[in-house]
Amino acid sequence: MQALYAQLLVGLINGSFYALLSLGLAVIFGMLNIINFAHGAVYMMGAFVAYFLLNLGGINYWWALLLAPIIVGIFGMILERTMLQWLTGLDHLYGLLLTFGIALIVQGVFQNYFGSSGLPYAIPDQLRGGMNLGFMFLPVYRGWVVVFSLVVCLATWFLIEKTQLGAYLRAATENPTLVRAFGINVPRMITLTYGLGVGLAALAGVLSAPINQVRPLMGADLIIVVFAVVVIGGMGSIMGSIITGFALGVIEGLTKYFYPEASNTVVFVLMVLVLLVKPTGLTGRAA
Amino acid sequence: MTTLTDDTLPTTPRAMRDEMTMFVVMALLLASVPFTGVYPFFVMQALCFALLACAFNLLVGYGGLLSFGHAMFLGTAGYCSAHALKVWALPPELGILVGIAAAFVLSIITGYISIRRQGIYFSMITLALSQLLYFIYLQAPFTHGEDGIQGIPQGRMFGVFDLSKPTVLYYVVLVGFLAGFLLIFRIINSPFGEVLKAIRENEPRAISLGYRTDQYKFLAFVLSGTLAGFAGALKVFVAQNASLTDVHWSMSGEVVLMTLVGGLGTIFGPVVGAFVIIAMQQYLAGFGQWVTVIQGSIFVVCVLTFRRGVIGEIAHYFRRSL
Repeated sequence: MQALYAQLLVGLINGSFYALLSLGLAVIFGMLNIINFAHGAVYMMGAFVAYFLLNLGGINYWWALLLAPIIVGIFGMILERTMLQWLTGLDHLYGLLLTFGIALIVQGVFQNYFGSSGLPYAIPDQLRGGMNLGFMFLPVYRGWVVVFSLVVCLATWFLIEKTQLGAYLRAATENPTLVRAFGINVPRMITLTYGLGVGLAALAGVLSAPINQVRPLMGADLIIVVFAVVVIGGMGSIMGSIITGFALGVIEGLTKYFYPEASNTVVFVLMVLVLLVKPTGLTGRAA
Repeated sequence: MTTLTDDTLPTTPRAMRDEMTMFVVMALLLASVPFTGVYPFFVMQALCFALLACAFNLLVGYGGLLSFGHAMFLGTAGYCSAHALKVWALPPELGILVGIAAAFVLSIITGYISIRRQGIYFSMITLALSQLLYFIYLQAPFTHGEDGIQGIPQGRMFGVFDLSKPTVLYYVVLVGFLAGFLLIFRIINSPFGEVLKAIRENEPRAISLGYRTDQYKFLAFVLSGTLAGFAGALKVFVAQNASLTDVHWSMSGEVVLMTLVGGLGTIFGPVVGAFVIIAMQQYLAGFGQWVTVIQGSIFVVCVLTFRRGVIGEIAHYFRRSL
């Protein structure tokens, strides 16, 4: 039973990353009509920024949790201003190709300087050790990742679904021209949205740094799984992305326990099954 | 919806004549390679990728469907051909057929699944499916995991052509490439190809005219996947191995890059693109991961400033369809 709970926890952690990443993808897709292939690369950048902050600037984990998403978010906004904005009105496969190119550049540069091996990032002192919950031993850091991710996901949901700014955002997703006519600066909102989505990915990167080590290719394979998550959940609903992300993480964790051979493939197999039964995805609108 | 390619160009008898002239020039140039001292291995490799890119282009350039998982057909056909040649000791022609058949079956299955979603989802689904296959091949015993299938016997094609001789192999690969290319050329200019282009331009209108667009897209997917498998089977004879790199997502990305550089939706573009990218990899092999950075930069530059690609720009300049 211990092993089952341990795998469930691993599943919840992976689910946190799926949720944070697919949430960002959905938000970006809503505003920019682009599937951000560079999402895995910015996730990796988040972890590296945390690593640099600690080792070059002596800035600890807690500040990195705040600063890394901001730094990477600004990097994202520069990308949006200099490149992505020129794709407005073009077939959206160009957005995929451009961001794929950006991902190759970023990952290639990091691979040149850091190889393919992992760099260690220590768990902050406050989150070391573990708790005995009676039925299992819970490492504090892992519990923290799940809880914190959940809070960030729900905060994002609140921001988009319940605030004034979110209302503008949703309106601009539906009809940007009309929203502009009301005097709202939609291009600036698009830039900020891209920064927000990228920042969420970077945050996931910082959270994963102490668990998975910091590697140039840490996001490259992850992003493909996240794509499958997005296909399963559909990108129409924010809450849908969050729930699907966590649920698939848990299913993956359970698979690791019951049938480890399929743990790499279970999300893709589920995607196939969902496509066969309900082609629009679980929560998605028809594309 | 903006279009992918420049369609102000006429498809007239003159255009057809231009294309046939270009084809003859290309065939003659390629046939003369063994007499020029150019390293034939390089050209053979480029030809396999050129066929792969042409097959990919059939789907994206004429069907408007961006597959981000075409490596799965290349890799699957490669593994099956390699297995047939090495373990079952089949002659080369049957080995190639096994590979093509495998890609055909795979493209029916994956096509049936992925055609269900449109646009951007289609790309993500094909990518995810190819990643699924990657993990299956990583674990399946017959692929030998990380080692791949190595030391594949080349044998005698039809019992006559000794494929261990580089020149003979070169011409066999060349004939295979030209046959595949002509088939794609024929498909593009057939009534089927015209309907495909109509669907790419305006799917609702095509539906309203009574075309079952999903069936057309499915058929395009199967044709594209099967031809990509043909490229994979030919590649086995050139590389004499089948490995995981052929199924990896980065391979799918390279195919996209080749087609983009040459020109999406142009007939000769993917061939030019394949030669450019393979040559680049050859010459920059010593620079390690900078090759990835350069490839990424080419993606960015192409998408931002050079969307027609090399051949697309030339065709646009001369107002010809190439």
